[in-house]
Amino acid sequence: MSTSTQPATTTLRGADVIAAIKRAGVRFVVALPDRTISEKVLKPMLADPEFKVVQVCKEDEGISICSGLYATGHRAVMMMQHTGLLDSVNALRGVAMEGKNPVCMIVGLLNKGQPGVAPKDSKAYGVRIVEPVLDALGITHQLVETAGDVEKIAPAIENAYATQTPVVLMIGTEPQ
Amino acid sequence: MAMKRDQCLKVLARHRTNEIVVAVYMAAQEWVQISPSDLNYTFTGAMGQGSSHALGIALGRPDRRVVVLDGDGSLLMNLGSLVTIGNAAPANFIHILCRNGTYETNGAVGLPGGEKVSFTGFARDAGYRKVFTIDTLDDWERQIGGLLREEGPIFVEVRVEPGDKYPEDFARLYAVKQRDAFRRAVLGN
Repeated sequence: MSTSTQPATTTLRGADVIAAIKRAGVRFVVALPDRTISEKVLKPMLADPEFKVVQVCKEDEGISICSGLYATGHRAVMMMQHTGLLDSVNALRGVAMEGKNPVCMIVGLLNKGQPGVAPKDSKAYGVRIVEPVLDALGITHQLVETAGDVEKIAPAIENAYATQTPVVLMIGTEPQ
Repeated sequence: MAMKRDQCLKVLARHRTNEIVVAVYMAAQEWVQISPSDLNYTFTGAMGQGSSHALGIALGRPDRRVVVLDGDGSLLMNLGSLVTIGNAAPANFIHILCRNGTYETNGAVGLPGGEKVSFTGFARDAGYRKVFTIDTLDDWERQIGGLLREEGPIFVEVRVEPGDKYPEDFARLYAVKQRDAFRRAVLGN
């Protein structure tokens, strides 16, 4: 059941997120499930023969797997919950940033609140600190929670690979 | 029993053909000098992450054998990677654990669990196709050629102790320009 109050024309759709990831040339997906994005993004990807999905036990593994894939010429995205991102700060520091690896992360902001509520204004402490932590690490981040935001995805991934820098795309609401 | 680690690595180097080798900490410091190659990957960035980098490489280049020279302290930080690797089941993955029982780089403090921990048991139950334990240089010399041809993922625990001293150069291990050289070598340009 949707918790969104967005008008239908601005509703974020999982199929559009997936299409944008494909447009960016990504075929490897490394993932731990997050309730925000499991149903309409991860589960369809698991069933999509165009994707090779690697399920991991912990999020920092995924940051390294994406880096190994980059070293062999492949593009990947790492999907996880914001709690896993916070748990992976040392890998973000050493593997993604110092190692100059273009790790592209799709991060669900579980319990952020309704679309339009900025992460910094969320009632959830864990969500409020995501952007400050990423800013301290020097990692670029963008919020994706409306249909129009989907257009940010492919350019963000392209830029990450062009500049050998990680990027976090925060999914602020459950896609439909 | 245990082998001198550098002697063990020299045997591996003699049997190496075109394998990609991912190495961490003390094994990495020694390996880059014993078997210098652009196909050495030491840019693991954070303790415990070697096996996960190696999995990404193995999935990205299924046509090449990927050897990871892991440490026991490192693997304890990323035990879940055994399950991830067992589940992904790359046939080109050779996981060599240099078991010395200590955090050697960080002062040679002993590991929690000591001899009670069965890494081969963990790997077997996580889905590795075969596991091996080798603790003498003669056995290592005798088996390494076959191990490098086994269908993976396989897990090989080698019992090691420090051998000759090699200079530490962490800047070399983590140099982005070396990683980019690795990429060029793997991508063939």
